[in-house]
Amino acid sequence: MSGFRLPTGGAIDRGRPLAFTFDGKPYLGAAGDSIASALIANGVRIVGRSFKYHRPRGVWGAWTEEPNAIVDVTRAGRTTPNLRATVEPLENDLAVRSVNAAPSAAEDRASLLDSFSGFMPSGFYYKTFLWPRWETFEPLVRAMAGLGRLDAENRPPADAPHFNARCDLLVVGAGPAGLAAASVAARRGETVFLVDDRADVGGSLVHRGGAIEGGFWREWAEAVCAAVRAAGGRVTTSTTAYGVYDHNLVCAWERRASEPDALWRIQPKKIVVAAGAIERPLAVPDNDRPGVMSADAALAYLRRYAVLVGRRIAVATNNDSAYAAAEALAEAGAEVEIFDTRAEVPATALRVTGDAEIEAVFGRSGVTGVKARGATRPADSLLLSGGWTPTVHLYMQARGKLRYDDSLAALVPSVPVEGVVVAGAANGAFTLDAALRQGHAAGGGEGPAPNAPQGLYRVTAHWPKPDAPGRRWIDFQSDVTLKDVALAGREGYVSVEHLKRYTTLGMATDQGKTSGVNGLAAMAALTGRTIDETGTTTYRPPFVPVPIAVIGGRRRGELLNPLKRLPLEAEHRADGAQMREYGGWLRPAWYGPDDPDLAVQRETKRARDTVALFDGSSLGKIEVIGPEAAALVDFHSYNRLSTLKPGKIRYGFILSESGVVYDDGVTLRLADDRFLVSCSSGHTDAVVTRLELWRQDRFNPARVVIHDTTAHWATLTLTGPRSRDLVATLGLGVALDDQSLPHMAFTTGAYDGAPLRVARVSFTGDRSYELSVPVSRARSLRAKIMAALPAFGGGLMGSEALMILRAEKGFLIIGKDTDGSTMPHDLGVAGPRLQRKDEYIGKRSLFLPVAEDRGRKQLVGIETLPGDAPLPTGAHLVEGEGKARRSLGYVTSSYFSPTLQRPVALGLVADGANRIGETLGVYHLGAARRARIAPLVALDPEGKRLHA
Amino acid sequence: MLFPCPFCGPRDETEFHYVGEPKPRPEPAGTVGEADWADYLYVNANPRGPAREIWLHLACMDMFVMTRDTATNAVLGAETPGRAS
Repeated sequence: MSGFRLPTGGAIDRGRPLAFTFDGKPYLGAAGDSIASALIANGVRIVGRSFKYHRPRGVWGAWTEEPNAIVDVTRAGRTTPNLRATVEPLENDLAVRSVNAAPSAAEDRASLLDSFSGFMPSGFYYKTFLWPRWETFEPLVRAMAGLGRLDAENRPPADAPHFNARCDLLVVGAGPAGLAAASVAARRGETVFLVDDRADVGGSLVHRGGAIEGGFWREWAEAVCAAVRAAGGRVTTSTTAYGVYDHNLVCAWERRASEPDALWRIQPKKIVVAAGAIERPLAVPDNDRPGVMSADAALAYLRRYAVLVGRRIAVATNNDSAYAAAEALAEAGAEVEIFDTRAEVPATALRVTGDAEIEAVFGRSGVTGVKARGATRPADSLLLSGGWTPTVHLYMQARGKLRYDDSLAALVPSVPVEGVVVAGAANGAFTLDAALRQGHAAGGGEGPAPNAPQGLYRVTAHWPKPDAPGRRWIDFQSDVTLKDVALAGREGYVSVEHLKRYTTLGMATDQGKTSGVNGLAAMAALTGRTIDETGTTTYRPPFVPVPIAVIGGRRRGELLNPLKRLPLEAEHRADGAQMREYGGWLRPAWYGPDDPDLAVQRETKRARDTVALFDGSSLGKIEVIGPEAAALVDFHSYNRLSTLKPGKIRYGFILSESGVVYDDGVTLRLADDRFLVSCSSGHTDAVVTRLELWRQDRFNPARVVIHDTTAHWATLTLTGPRSRDLVATLGLGVALDDQSLPHMAFTTGAYDGAPLRVARVSFTGDRSYELSVPVSRARSLRAKIMAALPAFGGGLMGSEALMILRAEKGFLIIGKDTDGSTMPHDLGVAGPRLQRKDEYIGKRSLFLPVAEDRGRKQLVGIETLPGDAPLPTGAHLVEGEGKARRSLGYVTSSYFSPTLQRPVALGLVADGANRIGETLGVYHLGAARRARIAPLVALDPEGKRLHA
Repeated sequence: MLFPCPFCGPRDETEFHYVGEPKPRPEPAGTVGEADWADYLYVNANPRGPAREIWLHLACMDMFVMTRDTATNAVLGAETPGRAS
């Protein structure tokens, strides 16, 4: 037992006790407690085990800097790992577990590891596991190292909103400096965003107190907050501004009581960083014993939580700030003695030993005494105050630079950064009156700053001496001692970035908040450089660990990359559609609950025998409109389109500038000055972009416009020998005879008072009619077709059946049957390349030597040998055997054709057009067989079915 | 980051799509040497510091040339070259 709760005081509610467990034992805390304050109030000293040596550890700090008190917290059956006990508010029924300890922090089986610390010097990972083999040790080391346990059942919902905000001034930190800056700006009428990571405003004032403008600080602070709100600004507490990004975008994580956490993306015109400072330890021997704590933290536990950390407290300091803490603890009833490294000590009623360094700390599982100037004194706690480190993270992320100020024993901002001002303790103003003055100036204030009594802060740097005896911890969380730093230096890792990686100093979840400056000061002393010359490691966001669920926000699952949906999805589902994603669209793959292969074969056969309905609504429908429309589509396309007559349709490719086939599709000429480019479903956005870019770059944008109407229309395709008969029963009022509506032509009409377009285009090789109506008429038209289908023995067809139908006909899918080198003549479409005299995208590339190469891969059909099963897609077509085996290409599409009653396949094969009839080896995952190169079209090569 | 769309004004960077470096398209194809065409396709200046870049604002589909410092991400200007008004 060491710490305990005082009967009065603190910002806790003694009337609302909260029950919780720590390592399985039940305890009581109070509303307003942090997990750490409740543990200390219950006399718990060992809250965890150190990362490497499994040394017992107690609470060091009272807020975000905490290196030791890392815990797994189970709330309503879900465990969140690696939370800092010092920042987590206590709740009823929390189950708290120490990390890196088994069975408990107090009785850890691996504590013997500390005896082997000599075998685990800095960089031991790199040294030890060269021999013997790392794999031998890995399971053991992994079990003992690391922090919390992941709860696989804990899947936080994707419910964190992201808010975008703009303001004139963002103030980070609602302590004295931040409040003073906000006050000036708000009273000038500016929109101020004041954020603080604590649940309340005041910062250090809450536990250090102070009089401002002649009254209690809280009255002044509340008036400032009121002024901020009155000017249209916000005061947002429990919100951590954790990162500054390009153009001074600031991201902040807000923890909300009854709603999900939120992420703020704030674009301020100006940022005031008033984030305060963090107290450093002194590197005395065994300074990691439970009961060793930051002096400022002890004061915070007293004032915020009414917890006295010990009854007999030794305070070791090199500066004036620890005196206020010591006096407050004495006033609360503790016996307090101060050991000051300085010879000249401030006036105090407490017992002070000057020129005193702590030479030893006794008590393996909790401080029992200290030794200074050769004498041993009993103590149950040792408070360390090694000076203050300004919290400059946001300024440094915004490309700030630091300089070492020896009079402050601190690294402080040295150069102005555009749009960022640092004020208060974050800028080395360690007294209340100085912080108020700096904040006032940072807010642009003229005249006198808010008034506070003159303060005094003196410090004499007392940096770790590399040759000092004993084990002196620099980084508690990563278990790095002064000796480790010295060893890294001897081995040549003298750059701070190398020191960090080699020793892991500053690498853990606290990112060196308490250890970084001590580490670099030690390295400076070791290498005979100044602290400025040694420099700091790079500051990167986030300032504290931020839950990935907050950063991800709602962009998870389907919202990560939202699917495009058909207007008739509900109707398809009602008819048993099995939906799958195709190029970003969710489309029916097949219908019915039975075996997918059977269903797909059935749909394929029925489409060839009678008539099938296919939803083609996702096909791109991009209108190109205006007097220069013909010129634009000509330039954009491999096939000339300006020669197309209105009412007619032409199939073709579009190429990239490197001559590679980018997409295929049909284009309809709706009128002289109006084209409809129907590209692949998955390529629509990209084709719209291409058209726009060339329109704006090459043409007169006033004379041609691009309009993507894909989402406006539903397209219902009827295909099969009975398709015309079925369409005739729909009463659409358009002539369907082949004279009026031949293949590759379209006609328009009206359906239910809305426009109707009937196009004869076929991706199946059978007579087909694409009926397009506005989305508002889609349900009615589909219902009409569905009612008509049974009379013709027809039915629905999904995308998988269409894949077989088109493969039987050798119709290709770009990106499946082509690759990143396929040019149009590789697909047998050489006409435009030979004939077009005008410019088009990709033209020059079609005449590069590579385009003329013998042995280019060309798309061909592939026939299996009689009785063989379908070829695996991706199988290689090969020549030669054994080591001489060489790939000539590969299978791109392969199916079983229910119509031909044999497999059909397409493939890209070197010089394929000249190999038709050749039998080649097929090699796949170690298995070899043979197959014959065949013409592209397996079914109805004469194309008679189109007109049947 | 905020990018200046000539049509919409300053908008968040996530609304924009990078297109490439502005350079003249060599043509007609019959007169263009292989090396010049390869330069057009594949060779970019990619400077450190001020760079002229084509960007597309996906919200309004306006294309423009932005000058951006690639080292600091500072936006130095935006223009719509050659736009017939």
